[in-house]
Amino acid sequence: MSIFKSLVRKEALHIVRDPRTMVITLLMPIVLLLLFGFAISTEVNDVRVVAVVDQFTDETRGILQRLSVNDYFTFQGLTAPEDVDMLLRSGKTDAALFLRNEEGLLKSQIVVDASNTNTAQTATAYIRGVINGTSAKSPILTSTLYNPQLKSAYNFVPGILGMIFILICAIMTSVSIVREKETGTMSLLLVSPVKPRTIILGKLVPYFLLSCVILTVMLLMAYTVLGLPVSSSVISVIAVSLLYIILSLSIGLMVSTVVDTQLTALIVSAVMFMLPVIMLSGMIFPVDNMPVVLQWISNIIPARWYIEAMRKLMVQHLALSYILKDVLILLIMTIVLLAASIAKFKSSTK
Amino acid sequence: MTMDKGNAISVRNLTKRFGSFTAVDHISFDVSKGEIFGFLGANGAGKTTAMRMLCGLSVPTSGDGNVAGCDIITQAEAIKHRIGYMSQKFSLYSGLTVEENIRLFSTIYGMTSRQIREASERLFKELGMQDMRRAYVKDIPVGWRQKLAFAVATIHKPEVVFLDEPTGGVDPVTRSKFWELIYKASSEGMTVFVTTHYLDEAEYCNRISIMVDGKISALDSPADLKEKYHAATIDEVFRIVAQNAQRGD
Amino acid sequence: MNPRILKALLIKEIKLMKRNPLIPKIIIAMPIMVMLVLPLVANLDVKNVGVTVVDNDHSQLSRRMIADIEASEYLTVSAVAETYDEAIASVERGEADVILTIPPHYSREIVEGNAELDIEANGVNATKGMLGAQYVSQSAMATLSQWRSENGIAVTVPETSVINLYNPTLNFRNYMIPALIVVLLIIICGFLPALNLVSEKESGTIEAMNVTPVSRFAFVLSKLIPFWIVGLIVVTVGMIIGWLVYGLKPAGSLGAIYLVTILFSLTMSGLGVTIANKSATMLQSIFVMFAFIMIFQLMGGLFTPIRSMPEWAQYITYAIPPRYFIEIMRSVYLKGAGIIDLWPQYAAIAAFALLLSLLAAITYNKRT
Repeated sequence: MSIFKSLVRKEALHIVRDPRTMVITLLMPIVLLLLFGFAISTEVNDVRVVAVVDQFTDETRGILQRLSVNDYFTFQGLTAPEDVDMLLRSGKTDAALFLRNEEGLLKSQIVVDASNTNTAQTATAYIRGVINGTSAKSPILTSTLYNPQLKSAYNFVPGILGMIFILICAIMTSVSIVREKETGTMSLLLVSPVKPRTIILGKLVPYFLLSCVILTVMLLMAYTVLGLPVSSSVISVIAVSLLYIILSLSIGLMVSTVVDTQLTALIVSAVMFMLPVIMLSGMIFPVDNMPVVLQWISNIIPARWYIEAMRKLMVQHLALSYILKDVLILLIMTIVLLAASIAKFKSSTK
Repeated sequence: MTMDKGNAISVRNLTKRFGSFTAVDHISFDVSKGEIFGFLGANGAGKTTAMRMLCGLSVPTSGDGNVAGCDIITQAEAIKHRIGYMSQKFSLYSGLTVEENIRLFSTIYGMTSRQIREASERLFKELGMQDMRRAYVKDIPVGWRQKLAFAVATIHKPEVVFLDEPTGGVDPVTRSKFWELIYKASSEGMTVFVTTHYLDEAEYCNRISIMVDGKISALDSPADLKEKYHAATIDEVFRIVAQNAQRGD
Repeated sequence: MNPRILKALLIKEIKLMKRNPLIPKIIIAMPIMVMLVLPLVANLDVKNVGVTVVDNDHSQLSRRMIADIEASEYLTVSAVAETYDEAIASVERGEADVILTIPPHYSREIVEGNAELDIEANGVNATKGMLGAQYVSQSAMATLSQWRSENGIAVTVPETSVINLYNPTLNFRNYMIPALIVVLLIIICGFLPALNLVSEKESGTIEAMNVTPVSRFAFVLSKLIPFWIVGLIVVTVGMIIGWLVYGLKPAGSLGAIYLVTILFSLTMSGLGVTIANKSATMLQSIFVMFAFIMIFQLMGGLFTPIRSMPEWAQYITYAIPPRYFIEIMRSVYLKGAGIIDLWPQYAAIAAFALLLSLLAAITYNKRT
């Protein structure tokens, strides 16, 4: 036991003595969470509009009036038709509204910068609403389930955790084990009477603890700063996260048994695990929007199942029965990876 | 500080601290021009730190020094024109060929294309490396690599050349060949400042100093040191001087 | 600074880079991989929105509304539920994203003008929820106005036409591709210089340089300039794939693109070298760089528009160099804008390039 303790202490000291890396692993998830929670939004809420009017009537005045009081728009005033192209091209405005009177009938044309299709579609819909004068009283009531402020923050908590655990457990762990291989201290430990199992556990425990600290901080933030409602699902959230942390540690262990240099460990972990987590796990881009082939690939990415389970628990507050499939998949992945890397480690030490 | 014109290196009370740890503790010595000066000490005694200060790689915490007529505190960059440096660990780019390394370093030392051509022809002939010109440095044997590194470090005819454990990890035959190169450089008027682990090599030096725990504990010619400590070899001298060392392994 | 020395250092850097077993592969393979996969993934076009309709009206109008939703390009009716609870359950099972509730006697009361439809969106994925709700609302409105005019209770509205400039087919990929080229440059020109310098530190060759009279400006420049070439290769590979695979060619001039590429490569490699100067180990430099890159990608307006951010966050984005690069790439690619139209962005990025290269040179210390 005392050997194990001293191994854990050695590795923990190693983490603590590199304060910059530790501060980054602790601060990055917090900063990301705040950015996702308060800075980043896909909502289109500030469309800049200029207007070109050939003849002022009560009707056109009414439209311009509605445009300038509407919160969604920044009405930039009237402009000459020949300036519209320059304004749009240099990005000084988002849309131009042309109002023309033809034989007493008002005709309108919306010219919109469609390079961002989402903004363009939303802006067009809003401007149409203003022209039709329906903005006063809508016959349709729209509301949102689960996430009333339409803040994307909750949605990203699982994604950020999914990414950060890969960073700490897979990348830091594998680099740390491989560094000992490079410097030769690993073979020193292996020829000592200490059991390989003890050596490996001594390596993993500090990173496991660091991950637990981050999990605690992130959950505290989600439940306080982001105002995620507290419910009985907290225990399940923690349980699923612990399972995922163990899974990530197995990935790190697996990588470290296969590669020989720190640089390769970094590149393998980054390309094989980090990029897929960001791109294919549904963290930012919804899985069901992807082409079928990529959806199949996303099935083998652990983060995908973790994020799915966490969203069901944290955001939708669904019962445990809804996440059985996700948890089962994560569990199988963990067992397979752990068994494979232990077998590989044993065979490489013989 | 007054400088003796005959000294290539002159150091007074040179000290380097890292936090509360004093790596080099008030060392003072002179090395005269053309001398081969052996700088000995156990691992962690402070040899490399002292040498880094002399080469302008590290700023001393206190004390003064003068290398090749330049002040080591205020004229660190000027020193670098007048010295050469090689070590066991680094020096050459392993992904470049022999020729490419020579061209790179000699250009940095401000040699003209013509000087570079002449110098490398001479170097290849003297070392007998003609057929290795286009080989990658990582592919040539360690002994050759060290000879080449020495040749590159002295290609611009520096006043002083610093050698940090230049013969680490090679066999005795190659080592003695390497020392022939050092003697040749010295005979051309170059001052050689060398650290080494191999105490038999210390016998080849004009004078040696032995560093213990950041301080210079002994400094004299090998013969005088042996006499003073009633020892048959430098190895014995080293054991006597270093027996009370606190640092090192 | 002696130009001969700079040239010798540059030759060394380029030869070492070419002979590295990994780097040339990364420079070519990574743009190909990212450009082939990401445009398919980074698809914020909301399609296949499942709608569960709670039809309490059971009228001709309500059935027509359901049929129109089903016929819409983006929407599918996943179920017509009898009760609201049933509908919620379908959302919880993940079968539907939006619930449309048609109140009892809707078609009768709409004539009097006080009936309301109720749309509820699943907010778990904010984008999908919001746009989905909007599509359902548009579809319902269209059905309603058609029905009104057929029944002679039409309200006259001005005729409106829409011109979608620069991207007439409203293809979201066209918006993403220029920005993805930026992502590639951020990653490649950020990580590689940092790794390069740290590995010189770890192998010790940097000491061999520090003990020579080489000026630190020449040395740092020799670390930065090769990434102009790397940047130009990456952008060219990216543009070729954008053209061959997605049929998107820049509407503006290549010169405008290449100029900003060089400036931005300098910015990122300057940052990479600065970080490496201040890092002791490879892991440390990678972690610091990773933090920068995450923030750059999130705050640079890559996936979400900068104008959707709160004001304080928009101010921060002025300090994020990719912001300008992304604006320039999108404007040149899609709108055909030129250097003159975009001079403030070019000026900003040139300032960043200068600032970060200087910082790289200043933080590089030949003496400790």
